[in-house]
Amino acid sequence: MTDTTNTEPTKPHRSQWADVWDQLKAHKGAMAGGVIFIVIVLGVFIGPWLWPYDATFIDIRARNQGPSFAHPFGTDQLGRDTLARMMAGGQTSIAVGLTAMLLALSLGSFVGITAGFFKRLDGPLMRLTDLFLALPILPLLLVMMLLFRDPLSSAVGPERGIFILIVIAIGITSWMPTARIVRGDVLALKEREFILAARSIGTSNSNMIKRHILPNVLSPIMVSATLGIANAIITESALSFLGLGFPPDFPTWGRLLNDATQYLQDYPERVFWPGLAISLTVLSVNYLGDGLRDALDPRIRGR
Amino acid sequence: MLTFTIRRLILAVPTLLFISLVIFLLLELAPGDPMAQVPLTVPPEVKEKMRLALGLGEPMHIRFWKWLVQFFWVEPQVLFDHYFGTAYAEGKLRVISWQTRSPVMDVVVERLPQTLWVVGMSYVVGILIAIPIGIYSAYRQYSVFDQAGTFITMIGYSIPPFFTGPLVIVIFSVQLGWFPFIYDTTHVVNDWDSFVYQLRQMIMPVMVLAMQTTAQISRYMRASMLDNLNQDYVRTARAKGLSERVVVVVHVLRNSMIPVVTVIALGLPAIFGGAIITEQVFSVNGIGAQLIGAIQANDLPTVQTLTFMFAFLIVFFNLIADVLYGILDPRIRYD
Repeated sequence: MTDTTNTEPTKPHRSQWADVWDQLKAHKGAMAGGVIFIVIVLGVFIGPWLWPYDATFIDIRARNQGPSFAHPFGTDQLGRDTLARMMAGGQTSIAVGLTAMLLALSLGSFVGITAGFFKRLDGPLMRLTDLFLALPILPLLLVMMLLFRDPLSSAVGPERGIFILIVIAIGITSWMPTARIVRGDVLALKEREFILAARSIGTSNSNMIKRHILPNVLSPIMVSATLGIANAIITESALSFLGLGFPPDFPTWGRLLNDATQYLQDYPERVFWPGLAISLTVLSVNYLGDGLRDALDPRIRGR
Repeated sequence: MLTFTIRRLILAVPTLLFISLVIFLLLELAPGDPMAQVPLTVPPEVKEKMRLALGLGEPMHIRFWKWLVQFFWVEPQVLFDHYFGTAYAEGKLRVISWQTRSPVMDVVVERLPQTLWVVGMSYVVGILIAIPIGIYSAYRQYSVFDQAGTFITMIGYSIPPFFTGPLVIVIFSVQLGWFPFIYDTTHVVNDWDSFVYQLRQMIMPVMVLAMQTTAQISRYMRASMLDNLNQDYVRTARAKGLSERVVVVVHVLRNSMIPVVTVIALGLPAIFGGAIITEQVFSVNGIGAQLIGAIQANDLPTVQTLTFMFAFLIVFFNLIADVLYGILDPRIRYD
């Protein structure tokens, strides 16, 4: 007679996320990207506490300096320390990127799940998504900035007003890819047996979405999230670069790049730092997203 | 196929109308006043007349209808008159810019060639570079060339044009002094030297825009080639004793181009969007620069017309991509 205890699995139970983490660890690019992104975020948010200079401190006698021990990145035309301005600018750029991504993600997931789950809403919502995809994003963003900048600035203050405006503008113009991917996944999920089982024991629609649908579409949402951060940071910098973003004295990476291009002939090296910061952040986030996509795809996992 | 094309064409009409309505309503909320620049000494009743002359007196829906008529009916007539010497548009009101008080389309026609030259050239260059890279990195998957290609395309994808632009200016104009960094739009090509100058001033904007195109299209090309390289028909072709060149270039490449061609068509409007930034960096006097100028000067008719033209391009190239996909791939039947 066989011993039934021997058939017990010897390995401890592994969750799906542990598998994903193992796979992600093996992806060198993703790990490097993740580490660089965390370093940038920490540097930008903790750095100003450690760095003696303030981003708005004007020292007119130390203007237009090259890199030195006191100012590793040099100073600008008003003698403000470039490293401090880079950190202050990074706070804004990354904060805009994260918030806009969250907004786009929740909008996209909401539309995608609603369209996939409720058959009656599928047609109208997908037509709406198509319409949004046909909008010219950059011109429209510029127009939105033009129209709502002054009213919002006077309502809640210039910096916060523009922050809200940029986040909302990016959010409502970049949710469409997420919505499409999530809808496709929800449609496929709805045909699975466990949904039928849940349905047959009388699960309500809201519980069905919360307990069964949402956890299972989390992986495409996470991949969209990483790509969304990159997209939002680039869009914010583009708006600031075109002079339609934050006010001139308020540093963001795009704004610093714009300021630096005006001194291109005399101090070409100034362009380098903000551009490098934007590119490095976007590159690291893109690599992270690439690795995450591989790690979350069970067909590739284990190879 | 024909029914599908016709159905898509008909569907495009409400889409475009909806987009133009969205743009119009957005601009309706604009706080700016076109009379703000008029001197204070002008009496209010004259100002009111000027406002009426700009067509601002009527209610919203009538102005929207007028804009539609001007854009879709009067402007094509003007174009027709221009080419055939007829006089259909004689005396009809066109879309007038508040900034220059001249028809918007006249300015667009002046500026479009600059944008088309730079954008079109960069797209062609980008595609010509991207396709061989994609083919070779798929053929030698996970080789050093493939890994390097992946890295470089990732960089090209991540570095925004407003950084690559100043960067190439610093390297090639400031340091090396090879190329001029301001695009001279008044330059006329009439002999060999001026042609060389034109080439030299186009290299940098084209390079910046082509970098983005190359990054995207070579990724698609690689993925599409990889899909096809493991198919049975490739093994058959090799078993027949065809040379490796013929297998890859004739059999695999032709089949892999199907999705890539649609991606190329879909990407064209996005390139126009990217050109807005590149034009700003290199001071190219194209329609992107016109849009920025109009936005800053609160010139709403120009903004509306240009934004709508961008939307039109997107809808149009989406349509072309869909139809091309159906024509190129006989397995796809939409009806």
